[in-house]
Amino acid sequence: MDWFFQQLINGLGLGAIYALIALGYTMVYGVLRFINFAHSDVLMLGAFSAFYIAPKIEKVFGSQSVLACVMVFILAAAVCAVIGMTIERLAYRPLRNRPKLTVLITAIGVSLLIENTAQNERVLGSAPQAFPQLITERAIHLGNLVISSKDLITVLVTLVLLGGMWFIVQKTRIGTAMRAVSFNQQAAALMGVPVNRIISFTFGLGSALAAVAGILYSLNSSIEPLMGVQPGLRAFVAAVLGGIGNLPGAVLGGFLLGLLETFAGGIEGWSNYRDAFAFGILILILLVKPAGLLGRSSVEKV
Amino acid sequence: MPLVGAKRWLLVGIALAIVASYFSPQFNRYYLGVAIDVGIAIILATSLNLINGHTGQFSLGHAGFMAVGGFFSAWVSLYVGNLSHAFWYFPLSLVAGGLLAALVGLLVGVPSLRLRGDYLAIVTLGFGEIIRVVAQNTEAIGAASGLKGIPKLTTLGWTFCFAAITIYAISTLVNSTYGRGFIAVHDDEIAAESNGVDTTRTKVTAFVTGAFFAGIAGGLYAHHKQFLSPTGFDWLKSIEIVVMVILGGMGRTVGVVAAAILLTVMPELLRDFSEYRMIIYSLLIILLMLLRPAGLFSFHFKRRSQS
Repeated sequence: MDWFFQQLINGLGLGAIYALIALGYTMVYGVLRFINFAHSDVLMLGAFSAFYIAPKIEKVFGSQSVLACVMVFILAAAVCAVIGMTIERLAYRPLRNRPKLTVLITAIGVSLLIENTAQNERVLGSAPQAFPQLITERAIHLGNLVISSKDLITVLVTLVLLGGMWFIVQKTRIGTAMRAVSFNQQAAALMGVPVNRIISFTFGLGSALAAVAGILYSLNSSIEPLMGVQPGLRAFVAAVLGGIGNLPGAVLGGFLLGLLETFAGGIEGWSNYRDAFAFGILILILLVKPAGLLGRSSVEKV
Repeated sequence: MPLVGAKRWLLVGIALAIVASYFSPQFNRYYLGVAIDVGIAIILATSLNLINGHTGQFSLGHAGFMAVGGFFSAWVSLYVGNLSHAFWYFPLSLVAGGLLAALVGLLVGVPSLRLRGDYLAIVTLGFGEIIRVVAQNTEAIGAASGLKGIPKLTTLGWTFCFAAITIYAISTLVNSTYGRGFIAVHDDEIAAESNGVDTTRTKVTAFVTGAFFAGIAGGLYAHHKQFLSPTGFDWLKSIEIVVMVILGGMGRTVGVVAAAILLTVMPELLRDFSEYRMIIYSLLIILLMLLRPAGLFSFHFKRRSQS
C-alpha cells in the first residue's frame, strides 16, 4: 500500500509538469492547428534562463528565499514568452496560409536550430550543468511516505497556473478572443479580433508555461541543451491523448501519463520500456478514440 | 509519357552500378563510403516518397522500418548465413530484412492508417520509437550496446542496384493503373473512395511497400557501417528522410533523388565547419520552407495544385 501511495505522489509531481508543457502544445494547436515542435526547446531555454538569472536575483533578495524563487520563475517566464513570440513572428507568421505540413517541417527546423545552436560550445555547451538550488529542500514524512518539497511545489505551482489559465481563457476578453480564433479564424478576423496579436499572445502564454515547467523539471537535477526533448515528447503525447486543442484534455492527459509512467516504471522489468510506454498508451487510446479522450471527432463533410 | 524508357533506365542503372562496382577498389575509400551513403539515402527517400509524397500520408517512423530491416539482416548474416557464399546470401538477407520490415509495416499500418494528418504523424513517430526501445532491450541483437562485427558486404554495386530497383519499382507502381489509386488518395480521399478506390487498402499497400524498401536500405546500412546501435534510428533519422522528401518536392521522384544526394553530400562538404554543420542544416530547412515550400527543384510549370 505504501508503495502505491509513494508512486502516486511521484506520479502526480511528474504529471503536473507534463500537464504544464502539454497546455502549451494544445493552446498553440488550438489557434494555429499545427504542432509546435520547438516547444520542448523553449522549455530548455526557460531552465537555462533561470540558471543564469538565479545567481543575480539571489544577490538582491537573499539566497533560497521565497521571493527570489518567485522572481526567478517570473523573469524566466518573461524571457521565454519573448522568445516564443519571436519564433512565431519570424518563422511561423510568414507561413500562415501555407499547407500545414510546411509549417510542421519549419517547426522541426526551428527545434533543431535551437538545439544545435545551444549545443555549440560558444553558446551553452553540451555538457550538463548543475541547476542552482532555488529553495531549501525539505522532505515531509507522512508515516512511511516521503513527500519531497519539490513535488509539493510542482503540484502547487501547477494548480495555481492551471487556475490562472482557466481564468484567462474563460473569463477575460483576450481569452474570449483566443477561443474565437480557435473556433474560426476567418470569422474572428471579420468580427474585429486582431488575429495576429491573439496568436502572438497565445505563443507567449504557452512559452511562459513551458519556462515554468522547465524550471520545475530541472529542480534538483542538471540541465543540458537536449533536456527538453524527452519531457517534450511525453507532454506532446499527453496533449494528443487528451484530445489536442482541448485544454482540460491536456491537463488530464498530462496527469494520466505521469501516473502511468511512474507506476509502470516502478514495476520490475518494465522500467527499460519506459520510453516506449507513453507511445504504447497513446496508440491504444487513439485506436479506440481517434480524437483523444476529450476531443470531439469532427464530422467529415462530403 | 514520362515512363516510356523506365525499363531501359533500370537496366542502365544496374549496368552502371556493376561497372562502378568493378572499378570501386581503385576509388578513394572515403568517397566510396559517401557514395554508398548516397545510395542508401536514395532508397530511403524514394520509399518514403511513396508514402508521404504520392499517397499523401504523413509518416514520421521511417527510421523504425530501417532499423527492423537492418537488425534482422545483420542478425541473419551473423548467425544464419554462410560467409563463403556471401554473394548469394547477402541479397537474400537484405530481402529477409525487407520482408520483416514490410510485415512490421503491415502491423503498424493496418490500425494506424485510419488516422489522418497530425495524428498519423504522431502514431508513426510513436511506433518508430517503440521499435527503437524494443531493439534496445532485445539481447539477441546486442540490446543497448548495439550489434558489432557485421561483415562488410555492402558494395557500391549492390547499393546502386537496389537503388535502381527501388526507383524503378516505385515509379512503375505509381504509374500503373493500380498505382493511380495512390495519387487519387493523395488528391482527395473522399472522391477516391466514391470512385471505387479501396482507400484503406491503398494506404496500407503504400505503407508496406515503403517499409519493405526501408528495410532493404537498413540492411545495406548495417553491412556498410558494420555496427548498428538502436539510438541511431531515433526520430531525428526519420525527420532527416522526411526533409529529403520535402526538399525534393513531395511526389517528384527525380527531385527526391536529387535532394537525397544533396542532403547526404552537403554535411560531408561542411565537414570543415563541423561545429556549425547542424546549425547550417537546420537553418537551411527553415529557409527552404519559407522560400521554396514546394521543393527545391519545383519550377512553376506543371505544378499540381495543392489542396
